[in-house]
Amino acid sequence: MPDALPPDSVGLVTPLSMTFREPLALESGASLPEYTLAYETYGELNAERSNAILICHALSSNHHAAGYHSMDERKPGWWDSCVGPGKPIDTRRFFVVCSNNLGGCHGSTGPASINPASGKPYGKGFPDIVVKDWVRSQARLADALGIRRWAAVVGGSLGGMQALQWSIDYPERLAHSVVIAAAPRLSAQNIAFNEVARTAIKSDPDFHDGNFYEYKAIPERGLRLARMLGHITYLSDDLMHARFGRELQAGSPTTGYEMEFQVESYLRYQGSKFAREFDANTYLLMTKTLDHFDPARDYDNDLTRAMKRARAAFLVISFTSDWRFSPARSREIMRSLLDNNLDVVYATIEADEGHDAFLMPIPQYLEVFSAYMQRVAQQVCTS
Amino acid sequence: MSLRPDLVLIGEWIRPGSRVLDLGCGDGALLKHLQDTRNVTGYGLEIDDANVTRCISSDVNVIQTDLDAGLQDFSGKSFDYVIMTQTLQAVHFPDRLLEEMLRLGDEGIVTFPNFAHWQNRVQLALGGRMPMSRTLPNPWYSTPNIHLCSVTDFEKLCAERGIHILQRVMVDHAHHRTPGATLLPNLLGKNALYRFQRRG
Repeated sequence: MPDALPPDSVGLVTPLSMTFREPLALESGASLPEYTLAYETYGELNAERSNAILICHALSSNHHAAGYHSMDERKPGWWDSCVGPGKPIDTRRFFVVCSNNLGGCHGSTGPASINPASGKPYGKGFPDIVVKDWVRSQARLADALGIRRWAAVVGGSLGGMQALQWSIDYPERLAHSVVIAAAPRLSAQNIAFNEVARTAIKSDPDFHDGNFYEYKAIPERGLRLARMLGHITYLSDDLMHARFGRELQAGSPTTGYEMEFQVESYLRYQGSKFAREFDANTYLLMTKTLDHFDPARDYDNDLTRAMKRARAAFLVISFTSDWRFSPARSREIMRSLLDNNLDVVYATIEADEGHDAFLMPIPQYLEVFSAYMQRVAQQVCTS
Repeated sequence: MSLRPDLVLIGEWIRPGSRVLDLGCGDGALLKHLQDTRNVTGYGLEIDDANVTRCISSDVNVIQTDLDAGLQDFSGKSFDYVIMTQTLQAVHFPDRLLEEMLRLGDEGIVTFPNFAHWQNRVQLALGGRMPMSRTLPNPWYSTPNIHLCSVTDFEKLCAERGIHILQRVMVDHAHHRTPGATLLPNLLGKNALYRFQRRG
């Protein structure tokens, strides 16, 4: 963190949390007797309560979307490039809410939380969660905050899937759905990568079948491996080449199997950092949630029929070098919206950053996103 | 900003409340005009980044796509009109795109520069050079116009493909109607506007 806060930052923010005592019925048939959601808000809710934006986060992020928790924090929230005064999600016009998904490990109830029934962490006993469950839990948060209708529900990757699910489950409760770098469901290849990551975690002796809390252990090796694999799929070949090339750590080749190339150092650093901060059971849960996301499943695999209930206007964005959720996957979403004669804007952004591009301040991306959000603001923020 | 006169002319052809697809919609001026004056709904297709942003700012539903990659994202007969202004001559397969227009819409509307305009004929016949004009401002090596045609060429293609021309208007370089262009379209018309449908 620099000495002074940047002028286009939302500044210092304090995480909030809300506990819901009413049981939450889950799609699996199970229910959570009570749960807590950690969340942050930026900007001011207007008198009509019409300027609220819900940001949904992706696999491994959390409610800290923008700003800084303290002057010592090294990096701002994960979507600081797009959230703040003068940024696409302009906090001078919008009231922004971002919550940590249920099952998360940054303050919302998840596998590491204490199960009130047993007095011990849920561990692998935490119920299965699907995207619909997240949406339902977020709708309750909206109720509690007095937000009847979101001006927009916005998200990238797994967050984009939530924005899509919102438009199906609560068609009257959002005016716009912004679906970035997402897919209508995972491909077999996507699921395969997730399964390798899960296997890495589960085969770590420190995992203890999900009950590592009791052993005061952390399956760090498994998590690190899972994250290293994930990171490869988030970046593009071109970006890796540009950023690391074949640069050697020591300047000249070494013998044996020691770390040699800079890309290895990068992956190890990212992996280790993640392993210290993230809960292994949450990673399993989130990847499973991703795997199961498939709104068309209940409609004979016909996404057009699945989207029939939607009433929102949509912005769909993809990135050319994203091979995890390629532009073709976003076009599947777009096509289902066109078939339903819904309002749609679709843009493909030329970018080398791969899947992670949705987090980056790429000029054309910011232009498109800003122009669209200005349209949203003009429609919903009358005062 | 005043609207290009040919777009005003097209606007007069559109029934209020129609569904419109605009291929190569540029900055969205036509769709915006039709939304404001004719209460139409629909989409614009555009490839250029800056134009996509302008469309969004104008409240036009724009889909960023390459027309040469086809229109598979759209299902059959979902539009009353499919429009393509000053773009036909710049695509890889104009004939296929015309067929696609009538797959998606009840009626098609195209405008294009008439290559057989007398000034072009003079430049080629007497000057021996590829014609350049206000309508065709680029030299041969950098022109986006790779499939230029004349009014006669276009009408012949339509006849071959079972496309029935409902309306034709010829205009000058400023997109105004002139008596000469109406009388001798292929010689005196600088730009052609057509409305057509599948022969019933």
